[in-house]
Amino acid sequence: MEFLGDVVAFFADPANWTGSAGILTRLMEHVLLSALAVAVAGLVAIPAGVTLGHLGRGGFLAVAVVNVGRAVPSFGVVALALPITIRLGLGLGFWPTFLALFLLAVPPMFTNTFAGVREVDRGVVEAARGMGLTGRQIVTQVEVPLALPVIVAGIRLAAVAVVATATLAALVAWGGLGRYIIDGFAQQDNVEVVVGAVLVALLAIATELAFSAVERWGVPRGVRRATVRTASAP
Amino acid sequence: MTLLAQAPQPFVRWDWIGGHLDDIWDRTVEHLVLTGLALAVGVVISILASLLALRYRPAYGPITWVTGVLYTIPSLALFALFVPITGLSVLTAEIGLVGYTLLILIRNMVAGIDGVPESVRESALGMGYTRRRMFWQIEVPLALPVIFAGFRIAAVTTVGLVTVTALIGQGGLGFFILRGLNTFFPTQIIVGLVLSVVLATVLDFGLVMVQRALTPWALRRG
Repeated sequence: MEFLGDVVAFFADPANWTGSAGILTRLMEHVLLSALAVAVAGLVAIPAGVTLGHLGRGGFLAVAVVNVGRAVPSFGVVALALPITIRLGLGLGFWPTFLALFLLAVPPMFTNTFAGVREVDRGVVEAARGMGLTGRQIVTQVEVPLALPVIVAGIRLAAVAVVATATLAALVAWGGLGRYIIDGFAQQDNVEVVVGAVLVALLAIATELAFSAVERWGVPRGVRRATVRTASAP
Repeated sequence: MTLLAQAPQPFVRWDWIGGHLDDIWDRTVEHLVLTGLALAVGVVISILASLLALRYRPAYGPITWVTGVLYTIPSLALFALFVPITGLSVLTAEIGLVGYTLLILIRNMVAGIDGVPESVRESALGMGYTRRRMFWQIEVPLALPVIFAGFRIAAVTTVGLVTVTALIGQGGLGFFILRGLNTFFPTQIIVGLVLSVVLATVLDFGLVMVQRALTPWALRRG
């Protein structure tokens, strides 16, 4: 119980919240880099998924991306990103973390977008074509809106995975909430380890809940499904 | 930044790999043991939880809620939470690894049984099957493809997560990844990463073979 008291005391001390190594700074580092990685990966993965899904090409690619994405350990990706960015002269900290998180965010968004667009009822697409919609209009006015729930689910999967993996960023000299866990291990300070673990766990759960809420309320009623299909298991 | 000034070494140094084959073999075995143990315990717990959920439906919500939270907590945080209690031990690693398998396994077990067509159930009952016999001889075999799909995902995920346990002093092939990271020696990172992917792929392929042997009727559906 004394241990739990120490953990609570850590959170209760305002000095631990502010400053360049405070909880708020670490939280901002964690969230900003995660958001940036998901956004940039989305700019690549979602248009690619929409295009290939619309053309009906690259189904094998979507399957391969899921399987590879699942088999590659994220820890290994973070670790390997470091020598790559050093080789490129980009150094420690931000770039290896960003590179790793970007690579991890692409597969779920690409696959879900591809599957979502591909699985739009062909009858609806045919009807749109019969009404005289051009290919571009079919994409923007029919396929993407109907695929939206699945696309948003893909963004959720990517965001949760990225927030989780950003914890490992402390290993390549970036900050983030993983700092507490890694430094705690190094200094054999279990209070710091548990503080970090609690913060990281809460952030991951908050991310999941936030995106679930977007899925539930941010998607137009007309295209909502009873249960949102997630094409790739997280 | 002295490390930036070093002369670039080749990304993969084959001589290092050649000189450490014993070490690599030992860590691969350790990786498989950590994975196998987690899957075995995960399956046992998941079977019990699924039986409970199928027998007593209101339990399914709380079960998926708890295992869903476990699944959402980042692996390093989950391991870290248990370090003060169980130390930097195999037990800590296994608690985390088992925790990650549960949601995938339970969800597919319950969904598999739920997916058995009602007409099949009625036929079985009409033929005089008891509930228990119908469950084990009709429902479970028909649910096997879905259950196996979950098991494959859990297996591949666990192989990847084992690498993270290097940070709590275990790790199997993750040991090489961590040491390569700490010593700026990419060869070790690549060995750990590539072998982990190979292990996951081989395991997945093996499970597909096992599933085909167990459910020969599913082949005909292509």
